[in-house]
Amino acid sequence: MTTLNPDVAITEDLIAAHGLTPDEYARFQRLIGNREPTFTELGIVSAMWNEHCSYKSSKKWLRTLPTEGERVIEGPGENAGVVDIGDGQAVVFKMESHNHPSYIEPYQGAATGVGGILRDVFTMGARPIAAMNALRFGAPEHPKTKHLVSGVVAGVGGYGNAFGVPTVGGEVEFHPRYNGNCLVNAFAAGIVQTDAIFRSEARGVGLPVVYLGAKTGRDGVGGATMASAEFDDTIEDKRPTVQVGDPFTEKCLLEACLELMATGAVIAIQDMGAAGLTCSAVEMGAKGNLGIRLDLDKVPVRETNMTAYEMMLSESQERMLMVLDPGKRAAAEAVFRKWNLDFATVGETTDTLRFEIWHLGEKVADLPIKELGDEAPEYDRPWVAPAPREPLEFSPPADSDIADALLTLLSAPNGASRRWVYEQYDTLVRGHTLATPGGDAGIVRVEESGKSLAFSVDVTPRYVEADPFEGGKHAVAECWRNLCAVGALPLAATDNLNFGNPERPEIMGGFVRAIEGVGEACRALDFPIVSGNVSLYNETDGSGILPTPAIAGVGLLNPGAHRVGAAFTEADNAVMILGGNTLWGTHLGQSMLLRDVFDLEDGQPPKIDLAAERRAGDAVRALIAKGLAKSVHDVSDGGIALAVAEMAMAGNLGATLSAATGDALAAWFGEDQARYIVEVAPTDRDAVESLATEHGISTEMIGTTGGDQLKLGNARAISLGDAKEAFERWFPTYMGEP
Amino acid sequence: MALAVIQFPGSNRDSDMVEALAHVTGTKPHLVWHAETSLPAGIEAVVLPGGFSYGDYLRCGAIAARAPVMTEVAKRAQQGLPVIGVCNGFQILIEAGLLPGALMRNANLRFVCKTVDLEVQSNRSRFLEGFDVGTRWACPVAHGDGNYVCSADMLARLQDTDSIALTYASGSNPNGSVANIAGITNEAGNVLGMMPHPENISLPHQPTQVGARIFEGLLHAAA
Repeated sequence: MTTLNPDVAITEDLIAAHGLTPDEYARFQRLIGNREPTFTELGIVSAMWNEHCSYKSSKKWLRTLPTEGERVIEGPGENAGVVDIGDGQAVVFKMESHNHPSYIEPYQGAATGVGGILRDVFTMGARPIAAMNALRFGAPEHPKTKHLVSGVVAGVGGYGNAFGVPTVGGEVEFHPRYNGNCLVNAFAAGIVQTDAIFRSEARGVGLPVVYLGAKTGRDGVGGATMASAEFDDTIEDKRPTVQVGDPFTEKCLLEACLELMATGAVIAIQDMGAAGLTCSAVEMGAKGNLGIRLDLDKVPVRETNMTAYEMMLSESQERMLMVLDPGKRAAAEAVFRKWNLDFATVGETTDTLRFEIWHLGEKVADLPIKELGDEAPEYDRPWVAPAPREPLEFSPPADSDIADALLTLLSAPNGASRRWVYEQYDTLVRGHTLATPGGDAGIVRVEESGKSLAFSVDVTPRYVEADPFEGGKHAVAECWRNLCAVGALPLAATDNLNFGNPERPEIMGGFVRAIEGVGEACRALDFPIVSGNVSLYNETDGSGILPTPAIAGVGLLNPGAHRVGAAFTEADNAVMILGGNTLWGTHLGQSMLLRDVFDLEDGQPPKIDLAAERRAGDAVRALIAKGLAKSVHDVSDGGIALAVAEMAMAGNLGATLSAATGDALAAWFGEDQARYIVEVAPTDRDAVESLATEHGISTEMIGTTGGDQLKLGNARAISLGDAKEAFERWFPTYMGEP
Repeated sequence: MALAVIQFPGSNRDSDMVEALAHVTGTKPHLVWHAETSLPAGIEAVVLPGGFSYGDYLRCGAIAARAPVMTEVAKRAQQGLPVIGVCNGFQILIEAGLLPGALMRNANLRFVCKTVDLEVQSNRSRFLEGFDVGTRWACPVAHGDGNYVCSADMLARLQDTDSIALTYASGSNPNGSVANIAGITNEAGNVLGMMPHPENISLPHQPTQVGARIFEGLLHAAA
């Protein structure tokens, strides 16, 4: 073989700077015949073997998640999961984090997070129809928080709005544990015909490997490696590792890819995401049992004198790599030219199983392609299960006022309306949005078939922190519940597991137990995980984030099916509570009330009884399907009080509720699970009660809709105007607006 | 009825518009690529849809206004062909010189997507002939650059020529537009530009179908 040019000396420091341990480096040397790698090869292996790309700390545990189901066409392993929705259509979806880049450069970090997830979806041949995002920031009073909120929200909107995908749901939460690491988890879903799903597996020897999209620059070189390390005081130096997004090019790339796919020219396709050209080429070759030879002199570049190392590690956005049928070259070129996108044949498939890279007439890398992925290190990191929290010992002050407590929750940073955020997102583009953010789940109609899909993303990190197993179960249960609450049949989910440094056994323990909880809930609720992403090392100076396993789920509504919102619809209807176990609240441990009113984050989170959860969700879907529910809202953060208040404010219609049973604070604000509030016409009460009995759940009428006040039992009545003022005020005020 | 929806790279409410028009007129409109130099034969009206043509680079609508097809659109507009531009389409009409004034960044500098109340100020154009003057209707907006500005003289002229077609109802102005302007026509009344999205309130599954009445006006325009 040609001698590889040793352009840069491979020192121990250089190896360490690439995030490789001495053992990992030795392992790599064994794979390449015990020679010293070139600088480009070192870059390639560091990109393939970092945590972000290799999942080396998490793989062992991810394998325990349920990923199969009757409707699952493609589970984890491709760009996104694919789930059958009938009539020859499937929904393609995934969620992915862009945490580290967003903290360093919030607008571009968030924008390219959205761009990356959209690309994952349309790489599979699907047209994106919905997006969501789960955002977490530090304490509102932390000096960086406002800047991050402003930049991240603008970035999410800036990309998604211009690309043309409606953002139909999401979460925004504040907690001091995110002071040094914000979380930006972006979700996208698209629709594909089941007989036209595209994959990354290359087929055929001697076929052209074609580059399409934006030119390659130096932006993002080493980004994936950066995202696999903790932050420290050198963080500002990392700004150049953040990519810059161009949603216009992405929109053109979407249309070009879909047109190209329709010509039959595409044999394999992979977007260039983390570690760009490296990961995409290795993925296509390794999956197809083929080698890939790349000629970097052919790569469209936007900067001069780029080295092979830089080109292989660039994370420039809006780029695709594909293997094309040479017989359809003319048709393909016509599409590229129509959309004015750069394209070039940059290599070919080979039968050598080598990843060979040529630049300026020299071979700069020659690596075994399958081993780069298959032989990546895998760790069974030591872990310790976190010690269980003490049960809550809390005696509410005798003068606790239910109305005041509710107003406090409504106006608290985590309870207040997110209108300031979601009004910056185009929630309507494409014209098929049936439910916009602010309810339990966003709903988007699927063109032609008349079906619709519901979307929700959920996790309550304070629960996970206090009990990772129950917290993991809860994230799944709440997402599932939100889909049921609009009348949708939950189909499947994607997870985005955000944690701290896995090399610390207590962090790893939280990770392991949370995955076990997620897995148990997914199995019990028939809600498989079909795609996902792990983001570790969310730590700054040794202090980690709250463990945050976000779960985004997709549910199906058939054509003509009843669906409901969370807004009260009509006066004089019965307000009923439905529950798998308890009806009135009892559990205040780790509750929102405790945190926002009493400044305590104590006790154990509520236990999730998955059988009860299932009974309650099945009952609610049945109620909605029969047209017996006028509106539905799940009971979660803030208990019955907050749920009813949200329904009243959304519907601009008050309610009078009967006095609670048991301790009033716990009854109104307890966060016991598997519960829903349902608005029912008085004539339907009996039908609802018998349906609840059939499903083995309890129900009780707790009040009546009507008027312009919210009256919770014996508490002072709150005018809807005051409630809305409290609810809508916090965010704009915080962001410094009149 | 033969309608043309112009498609620019970066248009993203083109599919919304095509569906709304097909529903209202019973015929699928022609999608005309921006690089064309002529319109299909027999075209009875032209629609410029919303989106981010050319990524909104340079200025919103500035590059699209100079796309090859716009020469023909401008010529036909001057001959009286009905032309409607929505959102980015409105921006393009202004940049093409078919409507006066400018659309600046929203006053609060943020993109805004919400439902606002509109008020019909003039039903002189075919598009709005189905509405009584003073009619209010709720309509979504979704834009970052919808803040209509013009000189005091131009504003007076718009008023004198009854060219202010739609305003945001009092308290509903989402972007800081002068005189709450949401949409204007040219003096001849055959060209309408508006920021709000009637195509998103036209189909049976959408919250209302009031927007369809604007497109129904096109049917009459062609008659």
